[in-house]
This record gives sequence, C-alpha cells and structure tokens, in this order.
Amino acid sequence: MSKFNRRDFLKATAVTAAAGAVPAPFIWPKGAQAADTVRVGILHSLTGTIAIAEKSVVDAEMLAIDEINKSGGVMGQKIEPIIEDGASDWPTFAEKARKLMEKDKVAAVMGCYTSASRKAVLPVFEKLKGLLYYPTYYEGLEMSPNIMYTAQEATQSVIAAMEWLHTNKGKTFYMIGSDYIWPRTTIKIAKATLTRLGGKLVGEGYYPLGHIEFSSEINKIKAAKPDVILNCVVGGSNVAFFKQLTAAGINGSNQTLLSLAVSEEEVSGIGAENTVGTLTCMGYFQSLKNPANEKFVKAFKAKYGANRVLGDTLECGYISVYLWKLAAEKAKSFDVEKVVAASSDLPIDAPEGKVHFDKSNHHLWKHARIGTFLPDGQVNMIFESPLLAPNPFPKL
Amino acid sequence: MNLDMLAMQAFTGLSIFTILMLMALGLAIVFGLMGVINMAHGELMAMGAYCSYGTALFFERFLPGLMGLYIFVGIALAFVVTSLFGYLLERGLIRFLYKRPLDTLLATWGVSLVLQQLFRQLISAKEVEVPTVSWLHGAWQATEGVSFPLSRLFIIGLAIVTAVLVYLLLFKTRWGLRIRAVTQNRAMAGAAGINTTKVDAYTFALGCGLAGIAGSSFTMLASTGPTTGQQYIVDTFIVVVFGGVESLLGTIFSAFIIGQMQSWFEYSLSGSMARASILLLVIVVLYFRPNGLFAAKVRR
Repeated sequence: MSKFNRRDFLKATAVTAAAGAVPAPFIWPKGAQAADTVRVGILHSLTGTIAIAEKSVVDAEMLAIDEINKSGGVMGQKIEPIIEDGASDWPTFAEKARKLMEKDKVAAVMGCYTSASRKAVLPVFEKLKGLLYYPTYYEGLEMSPNIMYTAQEATQSVIAAMEWLHTNKGKTFYMIGSDYIWPRTTIKIAKATLTRLGGKLVGEGYYPLGHIEFSSEINKIKAAKPDVILNCVVGGSNVAFFKQLTAAGINGSNQTLLSLAVSEEEVSGIGAENTVGTLTCMGYFQSLKNPANEKFVKAFKAKYGANRVLGDTLECGYISVYLWKLAAEKAKSFDVEKVVAASSDLPIDAPEGKVHFDKSNHHLWKHARIGTFLPDGQVNMIFESPLLAPNPFPKL
Repeated sequence: MNLDMLAMQAFTGLSIFTILMLMALGLAIVFGLMGVINMAHGELMAMGAYCSYGTALFFERFLPGLMGLYIFVGIALAFVVTSLFGYLLERGLIRFLYKRPLDTLLATWGVSLVLQQLFRQLISAKEVEVPTVSWLHGAWQATEGVSFPLSRLFIIGLAIVTAVLVYLLLFKTRWGLRIRAVTQNRAMAGAAGINTTKVDAYTFALGCGLAGIAGSSFTMLASTGPTTGQQYIVDTFIVVVFGGVESLLGTIFSAFIIGQMQSWFEYSLSGSMARASILLLVIVVLYFRPNGLFAAKVRR
C-alpha cells in the first residue's frame, strides 16, 4: 500500500493521455526532439496479471529519469518519459511499442518483463530500428541488435548456483518449476550442470502458471529426500508453494532450498516467516553494502515510501536508464546504431557493483550472488561470484 | 509407494476435495440454481481473502493478544462483506439479466476486471501477506512418517460445516423451500405468493458470501493479490459443470472425484500432465453426459 500507486498512476495516465492528444509533429529527424528534451518510452504492464511485478520496475525507471533530469539531463537535454501500459497482453505490448517509436519518436524504450512480451515487441523494434532496454532476468537464447539485456541471462545465475550448491550443500537435487520457457530452460541448464558436476537428480516437476496445489509434489519431495530443492516456481504459485512447504514441516532450518525467482519483493507476498533460512540467487540484493547501492535505496525510499522493498528487477530497470544515458553521451548522439556501438564494453558503477556490457553480445557481465532470507525478508549474502561473462547461447 | 505415502496421498486427495467443494458451493448456488454465469466468483473469493488481510492487520494493531482468533472474525467478515456486495450486485446489475444468461457472463466478467483493478489501485498491485494464526502452524504428526498439515485439517472442517449448513438451509428451512421453488419455476413461485425478487437477491448474496468464506480461508494455502481470483475461477467452473449444473450433490461428488484424480495424477505424473489428463477426462465425461455427472431431470 505504497502512497505512490494511485496518484502517480493517474499522473502518468494524464501525461500519456496529453501526449496522445497532441497531434504527431510533422517530421522530426529520428531520435531528436524539440531542442531541450529527449523522449524515452516506458513500456510495462500497469494493469493485468503481470502488473504485480512491473509496476515497481516503472517506479525504479522513473526514479532514474528524475535523478538524471535533476542533474542536468543527457547532453543538456531533459528526459521526457512517455509511459505506456502493456496491460499484461502481448499484442498490446507490440502495438504500444510501435506507437512509442512511430508517434512519440522515443530515443529508447525501457520495458517488458515477461519473455512473452519481449518476444512480441522484438520484431517491432527490429523493423523500426528502435532500442529496447530489457530489465528482467531471463532464459537467454536471444540476441537482438535492437535490444540491450540488463539483467542476468540463465547461465549467469543457475550455473553459479548449481556449482556452489554442489560444493557446499549436497549432491542430490529435486527441481521444480512453473511450466513455461524460463523455468524449463533454466532447469535444462541446471541438469546439464549437475551431470557435469557428478550430482544426481532425484525428481523433477512442472506446474502450470498460477497453480496453487502443491501437496502431492511435497509428498514426492518427502519421499525422494533430496539434499537440495531447486525452486524455479514463479509468481503467485510461489506463495502457495512456500506456505504449503512450511505447513508440511519443510523449511529453511531442515532443508536446503534455493529459489531462482524469489527476490525480496516476492517475499513481501509470501511472508518472511515462510522463506526464512531458504536461499536465493540473484544479481542484486537490497542489503548490498556499497555507496552506489546505499544511495539508490535511500533515494528510492525517499521517493516512494520507507516500507518499499527493492529487488533485482527493480535495480536492473534503474541502471537501464543510466546505461542508455552513458552510451548516448559516449556516442554523443541518440542515434540507435551509435548508442548500441557505444555500449560495447560500457562500464557502470551500479548498485550491484561495477558491471559492464559485453563487447558484442548486448548482455551485462554480472556477479551471481547467493544469500539466505532473514526473518525480516531481507537477504544475507553468503556467496558472490566474480564477474561472469554473459553467454546467451550456452552449449549443453 | 509405502503405506505412509499412501496415507498422505489419501489425505491430499481429501484436502483437495474439500478445497474444491468450498470453492464451488457458492457458484453451484449462483450458477447451478439461479443460472447466472458468475465470472466474478473468483474476485469475490479474492475479496474474502482481503477481508482476512484487513482483519489480520486490525488485530495486529489493536488486539495483538487475540491474534489467534482473528481467523474466525476474518471468515465472518468475509461472508458479510461479500454477501453484501453480492446483494448490491444482484440489485444493481444481475436482476436485469435473468432472461439473458449469456449476457451475465459478459457483465460479470466486466465486474471481475473492475474488481481486479480496484484491488490493484486501492490496496496494492503486489500480493499482500496474510499471516496464518499460530495454532494452525505446522502439522499433526499422526505416526512417524505420516503428518497432516493443520491448516488443511482446518479447511476440511470448515468445508464440512459449511456444506452441512448450506444443506440445512436449502432443505430444512422455509427459506430453502422458497429458493428451490423460485429456481424451479419463477413464474409459478411468484403466482403462489413468493416474493421472487427478494428470494433472488438473497440467494445470490448467499452464493457470493460462500465465495467469501472460501477465499478467506484459502489465505492459509495460497496468495492474496489482485489476480488471486483467476487462480480459482477455472477449477470452480469445472467442478460445477462436471458435477451437473442444478445439482448441489453433483457438485460435491464432482469435487470429490476431481480432488482424488488431481491427487493421484499429480503423484504419478508431472503437474502439467496431471492437469491435462484431468481436463481430458472431464471432456470425455461431458461428451457422453453433456449435462454433467448428476444432471437433474427437469422439464425444459
């Protein structure tokens, strides 16, 4: 119940509506706007199923834009955000992406959360030569010339997590996930890694998105007695999974369980008493100790309320805007091709630490971090990998 | 599979049965008896869940000593709030649509979207945490290898109590008699002096209130968020349609059969395959018995 939600949403809607009411300007050279502003699109779901995750990403991106504008903008130009609602509907995402590029002539778009929405806008961005910054950890297997990926691709979290678990926690694994591309791909990579390490898979289960009945699976887990449960369940199902595990007597104190899709943000819905002691693997935790992160957390809470919780996707949305700014300034241009070229090897001092884009594959070099959930829902980091090279097309 | 596992799986089946029954009772009344295709049933359950959430917050702040009892207050509040909402919904919208059942589908679907967005704007776009009362934490250790989660035992009890109360209301009271009369033949019932509009409104409110009870108690097992209702709605309709619309007993049997299938299929297959198999079986049964397992013989 942040005080942000309603008011800022209305404001955003009003801005969008106003922008929509202004007739499209005659012909603007691509990427350039009225002398002192540059437009950036924000394309996330503000309504519908996925709004649960995407609204806070919008908050983070707006924070970055505010900060940049307060400190003088990008090359002297203020950023004018154009917020569009993808409405958790993939064709709507594609349509709104087209609108942002054709009508609003945005220089770049920060947007999308699910892979399905990214796949829907990808052809639009490629055809119209736009530029999308995508801030969600995802399954990899993609490298569009018009998309910059600012979160982990699958190998950057799961391989590091599997190696760490195998060394420190045990050799037998039970893997469970929601039934769609991200968990399936992630578990496929996990299994290949497990084979390489010489561990053993004792069970595997997939459930439809939104599934809320896990008691049979929990019985199976009890029978299999794995050293480690690898949890790739996503969204509301996680609440059911954790609550039912706890009720069945399986919890962080008697079972190693590592989740790949549970950040501090999800814990506020699951209930910290149900996740305490379990592990998570992400690129960013709110509790990270470094000046950039302390500044980020402080600014975010000052803007949106002290009770707000930050997580990985939020941070990736925040740095997306900065990465675009840095690349544009390096290229001295808002032209998409030049910005992309300038992004090669581009470093940033992010809340997650000093990371940088790969020379050629549009993904970031990142740390994989493993932490334990504390009773207050925050994470105590217990392992940090060196910077991992992004490898969106792993050989398994 | 050893005996312990057999016992736990049987319990799982029983638990899923009672959960499905609790979900479907309200819809069986609204859809089965009244013929209103209530697509907002899931959102009414979410409304019930939010009532539990609100009650928990209230007890945490003002009556921390009685926190263990909040669950009962939450369930009662959920019933009152959702049935009141149902009453207003019936008066304001549904009663104009009794002769156009397919339009109720569209109208209530619209209501469900509006409710979802209201939850999102007024409460939170994120899921909220509803604490489970401390005396329902953990499991009852029946034998060394067999344990039954207390929260599920509670829901089994709640479902049985609710089903019995609904049965008594419908079949042992004058109100129930009137409800049954109106649903069988509205015109005749009206001619016999029954105030049909009043009966309609109260019946609809009762169905909605039952959804509230279900939603409120499911906070112990699943998430509470704007889209929570969507997790329930499909299963709820399957149970009612499979059992045979117009038959409460059918709904209960159908919940039992689907609950058992889900438990055993999920044990022997993967989750998604289990789901697909259940849907396939439902399709086959509906192919041979288009009115559901327990179709009432009514003159059309």
